[in-house]
Amino acid sequence: MVLSFLAQVEPFERPAIDWHAVAPELILLGFGALLTLLDVVFLERGRKYTSTLAGIGLLATLIPIITLAIDGQDRFLFNDAYVVDNFALIMKALFLLSGYVVVLLSTNYIAEGDYWENEYYSLLLASILGMVVMSSARDLITIFVALELLSIPAYLMATWRKRDLKSNEAGLKYYLMGVFASAIFLYGMSLLYGVTGSTILADIGEVVNEGESTSVASLGIVFVIAGFAFKVSAVPFHTWAPDTYEGAPTPVTAFLAVASKTAGFVALVQLVFVAFWGRADVYQPLLWVLAAASMTIGNLIALRQTNMVRMMAYSGVASAGYIMAPLAIAGVSGEIGDEALRAVVTYLVIYAAMNLGVFGVVMAIARKTKSAEISSYAGLFHYAPGLTTAMTIFLMALAGIPPLGGWWAKFVVFRALINADTFGGYSLAIVAAVNSVIALYYYLSVLRTMWADDAPDGDLAPLRIPPSLIGAMGLTAFATLAFGVWPRIVDTVSDVSLLGLGG
Amino acid sequence: MILNQFLLLAAVLFSLGVYGVLTRRNGVLVLMSVELILNAVNINLVAFGAFQDNVQGDVFAVFVIAVAAAEVGVGLAMVLLMYRNRKSIDFSEVDMMRG
Repeated sequence: MVLSFLAQVEPFERPAIDWHAVAPELILLGFGALLTLLDVVFLERGRKYTSTLAGIGLLATLIPIITLAIDGQDRFLFNDAYVVDNFALIMKALFLLSGYVVVLLSTNYIAEGDYWENEYYSLLLASILGMVVMSSARDLITIFVALELLSIPAYLMATWRKRDLKSNEAGLKYYLMGVFASAIFLYGMSLLYGVTGSTILADIGEVVNEGESTSVASLGIVFVIAGFAFKVSAVPFHTWAPDTYEGAPTPVTAFLAVASKTAGFVALVQLVFVAFWGRADVYQPLLWVLAAASMTIGNLIALRQTNMVRMMAYSGVASAGYIMAPLAIAGVSGEIGDEALRAVVTYLVIYAAMNLGVFGVVMAIARKTKSAEISSYAGLFHYAPGLTTAMTIFLMALAGIPPLGGWWAKFVVFRALINADTFGGYSLAIVAAVNSVIALYYYLSVLRTMWADDAPDGDLAPLRIPPSLIGAMGLTAFATLAFGVWPRIVDTVSDVSLLGLGG
Repeated sequence: MILNQFLLLAAVLFSLGVYGVLTRRNGVLVLMSVELILNAVNINLVAFGAFQDNVQGDVFAVFVIAVAAAEVGVGLAMVLLMYRNRKSIDFSEVDMMRG
């Protein structure tokens, strides 16, 4: 019986694969496997090469991305489930470069802490691979698998100091929230699949845009957006972020705050623009509330933080609000939709540079003070003027002071909100403007402690910073300055559109 | 085919799972509640797959099962770690950091 059944089945034919388009993923996978093998074969002797190899792997993966960008052609694989277009390429490059900076941040921290180095970098590469896949995923199943591929290693990395109770707590909270969130959006995805009969985002978009979609589709959209709101730590789903950021090792915090959040937004943007775009009546009010609440509550709680990392966590919640704001007006018209997408991409690129920089400085200072309390930063200017200047650059950029990168990011968000010319757009622009002022206050109070206060117990011994950390801070500071002085750079790379596919 | 019964069953399982995640304190029971939600999703996917008469729902369900196994593996490792460090798996005790 089995044989007769098998005789009926057509022989499996492999779908045509565009190897150039998937080259970045394959190279990254290869380096990840190589790192794992290195540990198995050479044991402790391989340890000192792992971080270098991870860095080389990330930079090598950029090569096919550059050749694909020069080629400039959109590539559709596996029945449109996997798309390599300009949006995918810029996000992949962003993930790889932030990953490289995270490797630079991790090098000495992980080596000196005796923390299972090899496994750390293997997991980091696996997580970045998930993000790279996410940038191209235009299919519910692919989005789900990519999200789990990037999250599961991140849960483990947050728990990296396994005998430290705070690190345990950080990982546990992140894990519980992450799993709960993925269960919620999976339920939403199952409803969307049920209504449309397809998992391909473009097909879902076609059915949803025809207007005959039911309340089940609306319910699916709400569940999916709520699930991703957990991932990007938007209010009211942000409660895990401060505890996880504080308890996790600082390089991992930087990774979560930048790369993991960006990946959540990449998925959200793809879903909104390719699949949900015609249902502005459902997602616009929802995202408006999430954006306004994230900005306001994030900034207000950040005001009373005494720990720098916790403050950055709440500032990250507020930033999630700014990044989400353009999405709340994306459905007004095709032109506004494109502008909103460009604003999101611009903000993500600039945000990565500023935020990684802040965490670099936090780690450099913690090498001496062993603390991230803001009070321990007192008098920093007297013994580490360079670090103080770097921190000033990053925090002022986050606050949006020209000519540092952040002002351009905020400007494009405001421009998109105003150009929408709707009540939603104007009201959200006002909320964002008020919040920029609140944010300025807490960034300035950190800087006042650094520049003006005296060092505790007059300890003015200079700081010794390892070269990789200096490299990381130099790269991010240069990017922050360059993006602010020549916004044209970001403008060129963020010139992308997703609407042609589904809308 | 009668789709409603399956969707109703899935909705009940989903609600039970969410209730369990929000109220249970025991680590293993929280993980079990998450599994309830994921299995509600699987029932939905398979029922919709049969209803829509295409295979994507079944494929999706297989992926969910496989990934959920990996996820729970990590979760149980964390519960074990917590037990080693604190001799308890009561999640309500995990509150060292506040603010």
